[in-house]
Amino acid sequence: MEVFCFFSSEKKVFFFEKKKQKTFVRGVLRGHRGFVVTDIFLAALINGILIGGVYALVALGLTLIYGVLHIVNFAHGSLLMVAMFAAWLLAEKVGLSPYAALPVVAAGMFGVGWGLYRFVIGRVSRGEDRAILLATLGVAVVLDNAFLAMFGGDTRQIETDLTFAMWEVGPLLLSVPKVIAFGASLAIAGLLWAFMALTDTGRAIRAVAKEPEGARLMGIRPDRIFALAYGIGIACLGAAACLLLPSFFVSPHVGNVFVLVAFTIVVLGGMGSFPGAVVGGILIGVTESLGGLFLGESLGPIGISLVFIAVLLLRPTGLFGATR
Amino acid sequence: MKAVALVVLALVPFALPSQSMVNIAMLTAFSAFIGQCWNISGGFGGLTSFGHAVFFGTGAYAVAILQTRYGLNPWLGLPVGFVAGGLVGAAIGAASFRAGLRGSYFALVTLAFAEVFRILSNSLDFTRGGLGINIPLGMGVGNFQFADRRATYAVVLGLLVLATLCAAWLRRSRFGARLAALRENEDAAQALGVDLVRTKTLALALSGGLTALAGVVYTQTYLYIDPTIAFGSERSVEMLLVAMIGGAGTVWGPILGAVALHIVADVSRSFISTPGFAPMLYGVVLLVIIGVLPQGMAGLWERLRRA
Amino acid sequence: MLEVRGLSKRFGGLHAVRDVSIDVPAGAITALIGPNGAGKTTTFAMIAGFIRPDAGTVVLEGRDVTGMRPDRIAEAGMVRTFQITQPFAGLSVMENIRVGAYLRTADTGAATAQARQVGETLGLGAMLDRPASALTVAGRKRLEVARALATRPKLLLLDEVMAGLNPAEIADIVSMIQAIRASGVTILLIEHIMQAIAALADHVYVLAQGALIAEGTPRAIANDQAVIEAYLGRGAAARMATHA
Repeated sequence: MEVFCFFSSEKKVFFFEKKKQKTFVRGVLRGHRGFVVTDIFLAALINGILIGGVYALVALGLTLIYGVLHIVNFAHGSLLMVAMFAAWLLAEKVGLSPYAALPVVAAGMFGVGWGLYRFVIGRVSRGEDRAILLATLGVAVVLDNAFLAMFGGDTRQIETDLTFAMWEVGPLLLSVPKVIAFGASLAIAGLLWAFMALTDTGRAIRAVAKEPEGARLMGIRPDRIFALAYGIGIACLGAAACLLLPSFFVSPHVGNVFVLVAFTIVVLGGMGSFPGAVVGGILIGVTESLGGLFLGESLGPIGISLVFIAVLLLRPTGLFGATR
Repeated sequence: MKAVALVVLALVPFALPSQSMVNIAMLTAFSAFIGQCWNISGGFGGLTSFGHAVFFGTGAYAVAILQTRYGLNPWLGLPVGFVAGGLVGAAIGAASFRAGLRGSYFALVTLAFAEVFRILSNSLDFTRGGLGINIPLGMGVGNFQFADRRATYAVVLGLLVLATLCAAWLRRSRFGARLAALRENEDAAQALGVDLVRTKTLALALSGGLTALAGVVYTQTYLYIDPTIAFGSERSVEMLLVAMIGGAGTVWGPILGAVALHIVADVSRSFISTPGFAPMLYGVVLLVIIGVLPQGMAGLWERLRRA
Repeated sequence: MLEVRGLSKRFGGLHAVRDVSIDVPAGAITALIGPNGAGKTTTFAMIAGFIRPDAGTVVLEGRDVTGMRPDRIAEAGMVRTFQITQPFAGLSVMENIRVGAYLRTADTGAATAQARQVGETLGLGAMLDRPASALTVAGRKRLEVARALATRPKLLLLDEVMAGLNPAEIADIVSMIQAIRASGVTILLIEHIMQAIAALADHVYVLAQGALIAEGTPRAIANDQAVIEAYLGRGAAARMATHA
């Protein structure tokens, strides 16, 4: 499906032209100010926003880890894959619905993240940037291939009662699991924000993020906080995995799908920025969804990579980032 | 001693009893070659790239398109691939280094560039999309298709020698000294008159051009290329692993790294042949190397020699 | 040799450097002194091309080098050192100095000979084959100077080369700087320690809170009220007068 898009800024009119079939998909709904919008477009937009909520949760974990530890966690996608397999196993073998499994998987992933930092990444990297980057890459290689060896390369899905459920809102059909995922993601993001802003532990984490030396003098042990923050970042992945699973597939390679998406969001929103991760997540969800609509299935994903490259080359501080 | 090593390497295939063992030798030399290519920018220049497949794929598609679309002789793929890979490297380098990207950001942007190339080659008619390109069979030296793996081995070995000579040149030349200075401390290097953008961009272009040659040889050996083989992240990771494990920024590191990885692969395969098991071990080896031997196996060699 | 006119830089609301003008005559040792946070290092960074000034010009031997990249400025003959030493830690002392020497020759043999000679002159001869990370603080300061000197500069910018050294080491560095000047290299140095300047500098500029407050010979500066107050606080000059 190859679809081209022409956008004229003066008239603000969208045309969608199918290149091969030379047919015009004309507007079904005519909005005000001369917008010609199809309900395909609207559906894609809303779908993008919904999936963007979950992306935001994935990116939140990444931005937290960056903000506190100042490390680029390249293992993020692979750890999401691990969490998705955990949720899948609980659903298939124990019969636990992903939503019920969410606290379990999130807590488990906290433990995985905490241990991974404490015993592998923190130990191997000696605080050198390049070593940390390569250590997280090494963890990703180990995890991806260990799960490939254990589960094979097939993609797996689960079906819950809600998998195909739809809500009808006006002219639109909204997938229920995606709406739940969106709402729950934002709720978890809010909880995380409150935790960071209001609790002593949250304040200690922020103190270490800002002034590791000063925090040390206050009696806070940065290495403990680092492991804690890494654990919390990975716990976000546990939650995101459970929210994704009813409408997404899982395979040992699924981390590759998410790792560039997550980094794009974090760079777009500004490394270390909470609101940036949420806004960036939704923007990237929409970019992906509209990219698929306008450019087709194979060319569509290029939008995310291009956004990523453009932000890094032109505005490396992102939308909400401080100078760094 | 180096000359002796070279002669031994050149004679290896004629001592090996079977084509399959020659094949293993060829694959090891191939890994060493691409690891050395990565090493030129990633090791000597400290430009940690996660997307070197962008150059590999550029070379692979260059020779494939040259033959199937324009009917040109595949040997032309070597110079054309080198230039194309060099230009891609220069473009990515100039854009990234002008924007001041380094470290993790540079690693990520190279990954994104490789992804852009993968998606484009997967979508455009020019590259036949996801179908990939089959090279018509036509065995013969004149057609750059060898029935005997020993011939392939000779070509790969020649490229490995070329890349290793480049690495040795970096050890001894002004360009290499400037590249190392930038790797160690950008401010100090610039204060001493080192042009940052130019030096790093040239290093990436040289590495890119050489890496593209690997893509050319790959296409001519397997006579098929598709977007995932060409631009997939597995190739990027393999190159990085070989260089890091053997010793980034050392002349002999990638060769040691490639031999070690292929021994790990073959030994582990004889016990557990599940897909994924050997690459998982590579990851473990990488973690151990980063933690214990930041200079890689070549660093261990140095340490033993001094002790 | 060097004419700096009206150099200014703001960081956000803070006026880090305001309208600073400095003349460095050929063959002289000129000093820029001032209390911590006076804007000395920012001024240096602007002169050497590491920070782009908001206003003002830097003219080296009649050539406007304002806003040029640091490597171009080094090529034009003006090279800086860093207050916080920035060795190429993974390279040997020899290799460190040779990076500087390569500015004037592409030939490895010639660069090696030049680096060896500079290293030996500055007392690093015994350390040439050791890694730069093995040097002491004083050794690192010498390495900073050696690398810069190996570029064969016309004008050397020294940023607090004496900070953190003991009196004996300072005395060594002072004679080293005098020897460098004697070899025909013009020097502009930043210093925090006033006593060391008295023995070295021909002409002194004093910077406080981003602006020049005095200039003159070291002797004149040492007795300048504004300078004493900038260093010791308001009223210090008067207190010193009554004690005397």
